[in-house]
Amino acid sequence: MKTQETLESVVIRFCGDSGDGMQLTGTQFSNTSAIMGNDISTFPDFPSEIRAPQGTIAGVSGFQVHIGSSDTNTPGDESDMLVAMNPAALKSNLNSLKLGGAIILNSDEFNEANLAKAGYTVDPLKDHTLDSYKVIKAPIGTLTLSALEEVDLSKKEKERCKNFYTLGMTYYYYNRKTDQTLKWIEDKFGKKPEIMKANQLALKAGYNYAETTEEIVISYSVPSAKIEPGTYRQMSGNVSTAWGLMQAAESANLPLFLGSYPITPATDILHELSKFKHMNVTTFQAEDEIAGICSAIGASIAGSLAVTTSSGPGIALKTEAIGLAIMYETPLIIINVQRGGPSTGLPTKTEQSDLNQALIGRNGEAPLIVLAASRPNDCYEMAYEAARLTLEHMTPVMLLTDGYIANGSEPWKIPKSTDFEKINHRKPSESDLKTDITFMTRNEHSLARTWITPGMDGKVHRMGGLEKDFVTGNISAEPINHQKMCELRAQKVQKVADNIPLQVVEGEATGDLLVVSWGGTYGATRMAVRQLQKDGRSVSLMHLKYLNPMPKNVSDILAGFKKIIVPELNLGQLAPILRSRYGVKTIQYNKVQGQPFKIEELVNRFKEEL
Amino acid sequence: MTTMYKKKDFVSDQEVRWCPGCGDYAILSCMQNALTKTGTKKEDIVCVSGIGCSSRFPYYLDTYGYHTIHGRAPAVATGIKLANPNLDVWVITGDGDGLSIGGNHTLHAMRRNVDLNIILFNNEIYGLTKGQFSPTSDKGVKTKTSPFGSIDNPLIPAQFALGSACTFIARTVDKDPKSITDLMLLSHAHKGTSFLEVLQNCVIFNDKTHDEFTLRQNRAARTVTVEDGKPLIFGAENEKGIVLDRLDLKVVTLGQGFEEKDLLVYDTSSKVLANMLIEAHKKDEENFPLALGVLYQDKESIPYNELMKGQAEQVKKRLPEANMDKLLQSGDTWEIK
Repeated sequence: MKTQETLESVVIRFCGDSGDGMQLTGTQFSNTSAIMGNDISTFPDFPSEIRAPQGTIAGVSGFQVHIGSSDTNTPGDESDMLVAMNPAALKSNLNSLKLGGAIILNSDEFNEANLAKAGYTVDPLKDHTLDSYKVIKAPIGTLTLSALEEVDLSKKEKERCKNFYTLGMTYYYYNRKTDQTLKWIEDKFGKKPEIMKANQLALKAGYNYAETTEEIVISYSVPSAKIEPGTYRQMSGNVSTAWGLMQAAESANLPLFLGSYPITPATDILHELSKFKHMNVTTFQAEDEIAGICSAIGASIAGSLAVTTSSGPGIALKTEAIGLAIMYETPLIIINVQRGGPSTGLPTKTEQSDLNQALIGRNGEAPLIVLAASRPNDCYEMAYEAARLTLEHMTPVMLLTDGYIANGSEPWKIPKSTDFEKINHRKPSESDLKTDITFMTRNEHSLARTWITPGMDGKVHRMGGLEKDFVTGNISAEPINHQKMCELRAQKVQKVADNIPLQVVEGEATGDLLVVSWGGTYGATRMAVRQLQKDGRSVSLMHLKYLNPMPKNVSDILAGFKKIIVPELNLGQLAPILRSRYGVKTIQYNKVQGQPFKIEELVNRFKEEL
Repeated sequence: MTTMYKKKDFVSDQEVRWCPGCGDYAILSCMQNALTKTGTKKEDIVCVSGIGCSSRFPYYLDTYGYHTIHGRAPAVATGIKLANPNLDVWVITGDGDGLSIGGNHTLHAMRRNVDLNIILFNNEIYGLTKGQFSPTSDKGVKTKTSPFGSIDNPLIPAQFALGSACTFIARTVDKDPKSITDLMLLSHAHKGTSFLEVLQNCVIFNDKTHDEFTLRQNRAARTVTVEDGKPLIFGAENEKGIVLDRLDLKVVTLGQGFEEKDLLVYDTSSKVLANMLIEAHKKDEENFPLALGVLYQDKESIPYNELMKGQAEQVKKRLPEANMDKLLQSGDTWEIK
């Protein structure tokens, strides 16, 4: 008789060769868990090579999922279970497994050749490498083939089902229901009945095998989390960004235009928006990054809600055009899904090192509104915010996300489109056009000019990257005018502070230590701060989503704490800004390893300051 | 109803700041004339340029005008046209702007066949940066950056356009206003990317470089104006013609063994003929005339912007009407009670 235990949360890491289908397996596991009422957070971790040599460390693709019976904000630090489809997957991921954790491994693949490819000189199954873990050895390939004997498919096709066999095993181990995945397989492979049958059989066989094998003597369950009632869906950050842009276009009643060039990890936004031609979305895959942003500027000139998406190296190429959009004072959303840098850096790994690029990385006095999303779901709201601000203030906005939140996903309580207010843009009405307004007529509060677009009768004008006269908008190289225009463009961005929410502090408003974070590190900093707060420590969190301008009360908040620590996935970019802008001392905690913060490392570091 | 405009309606209030005698003046004047004849409302005309002397053009034309960044005008223009296909979009560029820094964008606008009218002023020199050789400069030319003679092979704009799958390619000279205006109107009438090269004189840094082909007294003898269905004939007295000689083109003198009926009849739908004219001139510039007029046109061309619109309409028919609420509720969702 097997026993069952209940756990508050579990972290599982699925790892295999790039072609083993581990991303799919991980996604299915998380979807099923979400539907069973767990809170979840996921993080895919894959190599930048499309198909690195099979069986090598470089080819290992991983997917980590954290399921919990309480608020789950990160994919978790160390895993409780490691699924390793081959020796390379074991070798490269063993250090992420907790001591005492479980390993499901595909023993079929532990042969001499694969061990050598993974760099093992001794078979880890035969020495003491795995002594501190619960090892569940199963010849998954062989078992899958024998389970599918009746199915009319080639051996190769049958072997492909081994990921579902493995998934079945984990479903038993963690008491997951198989029905959702069986239905998913039916929807996905309905048109190929043999493949559908094979995958479904493999899933069930894996489940049954786990139930009968004596390798598994205990199984676990993670009860449902206390989650706010409502309808939920699973959202990744990139899809969330894409849909948030569509939400904004709907709220502003404008067509949406995306001019973009594929780049990791931003491309999925382009993929996603390309599906919605029936919803007034135009996507243009340009010849390069520069054409991507320039086409978006063109679309903005012509009256669309215009967006360009990219990642650091692509943003570098777009720099000159960003300056043009600033000079045009035209709405434009620039999304930077940050990755490891500089140059090509670590394309598939996450980093927060483009803050300086966003804030100051241009020639001339070229201020931008800069926002940063904090988690996958938040991308929706921040994309909407980016659109709202660019349309209301007639100046470009850069929205920073990162590879970690872009590829990560979490359940999301579906809002109503009416939760998002109508966005007012600066296009003149028919009756406005009969007045003497010009493209240089400004709103007295925001200083935003009027969005006159080609096609509007009587308002023909010309402009360019050359400095324009404050009144007429004609070319002007007048010294005093240039200073006035530079100041105007800077003031325009500063005025945005009147149009954004005040900064919230999580915890007491004053105390010993304030943690200041921004962007995608929110999940980890929040969990770490909460843990310390539970222990009665005087620590609060200020997580910034508005980086330029910053909310008006940031200065007051900073003044209320004895110490300020700024953890960042870079060598210190926000910290010096806080120092220079607010005259406060900041302690830096920096990590640039292409990996997100672990909660534990943050807790330990914060403790040192308390 | 077509609005009737006069040339002065397209003259902006900005002071034109090209050098006295610059070839750009003629092109601007022709454009202002041509726009009175296209029937497009002034507010629906957009002129987009990059950087360079030619790119100041939009400021001097009283339409919507956007001076962008170096080489990128085709990309900006593409965005404008896709966002509002109702607009007439003109791209003004030069040999440096459109073929050097912006070669990539010119190429891709052409091969996509976006309905843009590109006019390239070719003076074979960088004017605004004060006299360096350009991608169309002759080999051996001495400039500030090539004091010992340029060793770069020149690019032939029309051939670049052919290779880029452009669907309308024409060439003229800045000293023939009637031809410029006519070709602008044909460019405008063409559906898809039209590319009009104007050999233009830079009085300061490359004066007289095109005189051999552009001066009225030289033009008849040194150029051949091609026309659909007409024989290739040229010369002050129409005494010369072009015949097909095996796989080459050859200049012949009429009456010396050749009659007009022996001459090659031009067909603007043939890319091969267009390229042969270009190649023959390149090989023997001394004796073979430079071809002017519409060198190539695909009259069946369907512009990218129409394909894009058509595809969106198809998708709309195929997929149910959608909005954000429907989308948010679609696919895998679950209820927490």
